[in-house]
Amino acid sequence: MSVDVKMAWRNIWRNPRRTILTICAIAFASLLLVFMLSFQFGSYETMINTSVKIHTGHLQVQADEYQDKKSIRLVVPNPEKIANLLDKIPKVEAYTFRGQAFSLISSKERTYGAVVKGIDPEREATVSRLKALIRQGDFLSKDDTDQALVGKLLARNLRVNIGDELTVVGQGRDGSIAATVVKVKGIYSSGIDEFDRASIHIPLETFQEVYTMRGVVHEVVVIADSLGDIDTIKRTIKANLLSLNLKKALTVLDWNELMPGLRQSIEMDLVSGVIFYFLLVLVVAFSILNTFLMAIFERTREFGVLMAIGTTPGRLTKVLLIESMTMTLVGIVAGIVIGSLVTVYFQSHGIDISGASELLSQFGITGRMYPKLSLLSAVSGPLAVLIITFFAAIYPALKVRRMRPVEAMRAV
Amino acid sequence: MNRRAWNMSFIKFRHFFIMYLQLAWRNIWRNPRRTAVILTAVIIGIWSMILLGSLMRGIAVGMIENGISTLTGHLQIHHKGYRNDPAIENSITDPVVVENALREVLPKGSSWTARVRVSAVASNARHYSGVTLVGIDPVAEAKVSFIGTAISQGRYLNPGDHNGIIVGEALLEKFDTKLGRKLVLMSQDTHRENASRAFRIIGTFRAEMEATEKQFVFVMRKASHKMLRLGDGISEISILLPGKPDNPEIYDRLMTALPSEQFEVNTWRELLPFQTAYLRILDGFMWIWYFVVFVAMGFGIVNTTLMAVFERMREFGLLKALGMKPWWILREVLTESFLLLVTGMIIGNILAFICIYALSGSGIDLSALAAGAEYAGMTRVIYPAVALKDIFVSNLVVLLLGILVSTYPAVKAARFTPVEALAHT
Repeated sequence: MSVDVKMAWRNIWRNPRRTILTICAIAFASLLLVFMLSFQFGSYETMINTSVKIHTGHLQVQADEYQDKKSIRLVVPNPEKIANLLDKIPKVEAYTFRGQAFSLISSKERTYGAVVKGIDPEREATVSRLKALIRQGDFLSKDDTDQALVGKLLARNLRVNIGDELTVVGQGRDGSIAATVVKVKGIYSSGIDEFDRASIHIPLETFQEVYTMRGVVHEVVVIADSLGDIDTIKRTIKANLLSLNLKKALTVLDWNELMPGLRQSIEMDLVSGVIFYFLLVLVVAFSILNTFLMAIFERTREFGVLMAIGTTPGRLTKVLLIESMTMTLVGIVAGIVIGSLVTVYFQSHGIDISGASELLSQFGITGRMYPKLSLLSAVSGPLAVLIITFFAAIYPALKVRRMRPVEAMRAV
Repeated sequence: MNRRAWNMSFIKFRHFFIMYLQLAWRNIWRNPRRTAVILTAVIIGIWSMILLGSLMRGIAVGMIENGISTLTGHLQIHHKGYRNDPAIENSITDPVVVENALREVLPKGSSWTARVRVSAVASNARHYSGVTLVGIDPVAEAKVSFIGTAISQGRYLNPGDHNGIIVGEALLEKFDTKLGRKLVLMSQDTHRENASRAFRIIGTFRAEMEATEKQFVFVMRKASHKMLRLGDGISEISILLPGKPDNPEIYDRLMTALPSEQFEVNTWRELLPFQTAYLRILDGFMWIWYFVVFVAMGFGIVNTTLMAVFERMREFGLLKALGMKPWWILREVLTESFLLLVTGMIIGNILAFICIYALSGSGIDLSALAAGAEYAGMTRVIYPAVALKDIFVSNLVVLLLGILVSTYPAVKAARFTPVEALAHT
């Protein structure tokens, strides 16, 4: 250990009270940042996963422009070709086909407009959480034909229950009138009002028959093994779509494009988080700058003596920087360790958010919230603290250079 | 104690008090550098508390204002059961009774309007979509909700428009249509039959949220009456009160004036559960923010005050040797902290207000993330909002906790023994 480091280490512990307080301030800021960032990342993952699992999937293959126009004529013509393709791509966890059309749904008493979705019951269960969201009645089974699953709010508006009949009237793919009668088999509730109010699900085969789809679908919904695999799968599908020689242009959309609002609201939350953390780190930086500055004012005499006996200003600055950086490092390490422990605790136990449930259920977050500790969330916050404390330490350390030994030694 | 003696002691007390403050004030400025250092910590702390607080409050205010103007109002009156089952059967069939009651109860300066509001299906040759059909009285409606000032193309409804309709820009785009084209609306009439009627698009509106633009279409109330065979019936009455949005007294009077077996009166807090929930969470969130900033700032305050106290050890020792009681020294240090905190708070408040003022002109524009803002239920532009409560609480937190953490150095100072302290250099 060089003399400078030794000197710095001893200087630090000359005033243990001050050192401990400074370290505590740094540790507090790091701890808070670790926890808050983990909490944010955890909630994003929950939001993405629930939204994806309730409805859109990670990726969808659709006809060009279908996403904007939702016109029944814009179809995916050969679903089995896409299926063959998807079967060959690794890391595709599951996929399913859906058809959808806006129609009038009437019960005995009421009529509402809603989106009718044709789903393949067996495949759907592997892709979305729809099966788990059934609150009354049962999920569709393989051989069901004229059965329907209805959102809870729509069921309330229509005043229907399990076993009641619904008349569906819409427009078929060829422009003819599409009409059928279905029986309510199950009622689902996702907590997201939009979804529970405006859709019913019927078996895909029935859908194709009623809307004269002739075997085609509107969406091929894909779930990847994990969020990280989406880009690769998307690229593979895109590259292979051309070689399929389809008559119509198809496109692959990922969850960002399917739900632009979700992505942007995450970005917005990150931005506001960054402002929040910036202000916090600023306050901490001033707190630390103060301590460093005061420590130097207090030791004016000492520096005078050191300079008088031949210590170069450069060496003084170096010792001071070693002092402050050692304190910062100790604080940051303590902050990361304690912050990670706290995060890990809540990661397994969850945080009760029942007070905010009606607000958060709209974003797909229900029950408890789980922070998620990652390398990024554990390191990026404390790193910002490290950088800013370094700058806070530079000013006082450079100030020493301007001292004159004689004047400095006279100071009390 | 007679009056004169009481006066004397009061004057003595005043002298003592002024002397005390003066002493503390002068002590503070004996070392301007140190004072400046502590002051910056307090200023930055209070500045960030108030600024961020006002932005969070601003988000809430924007959300609520937008919610209220999007066909909610401060109070709404419905037929009993409409809220659970917003169907045409649950309309108010005889609005005259309600209107008479409103004329009696509502204070001067309130405005209100009656609407027909049913869910319907809009369609043209190529598209279908579910919408909310709103039949309005254009003059009264303009005073209550956003629609009066939101027209972007074409014009607003006139009393003579029997088949004119106003739709949102987003709906116009989704339907590939334009002004002057036809739009067919379909809904269920009072006889439970499907009623449909063609309207001509005479104007479009822009709203804060795209969802609003896609959801609402406006026609004359008369036209909706005819289409739905509703007679003079209405779905809801929306009221805007003068002054504060919450007025429990008016609410109570409306409740007594309108028979409860027939009508339902709701405040905006019940009608906008999402916004109300946000408001409730906001308060908790602000407390956390105050606490976090304070802890970050508190370490600085304790540290600097502590060092200042150690630096002045000799002085305190001398004062003690001269006969000053420990309690006085404690009080002296605390008074100095108090003065520092107050000075820092004043400057911090002023700085925060300057920043708020600078932001209040153009606000913070989130248009680049508009879809995200909408997903989160926020408006596109955030204007900082100042609530007296927030300012009061943040200042109080800094002052009280600031004094509390200064007690530690103050107690240290009071404990110095004269001999030890005088020996210290």
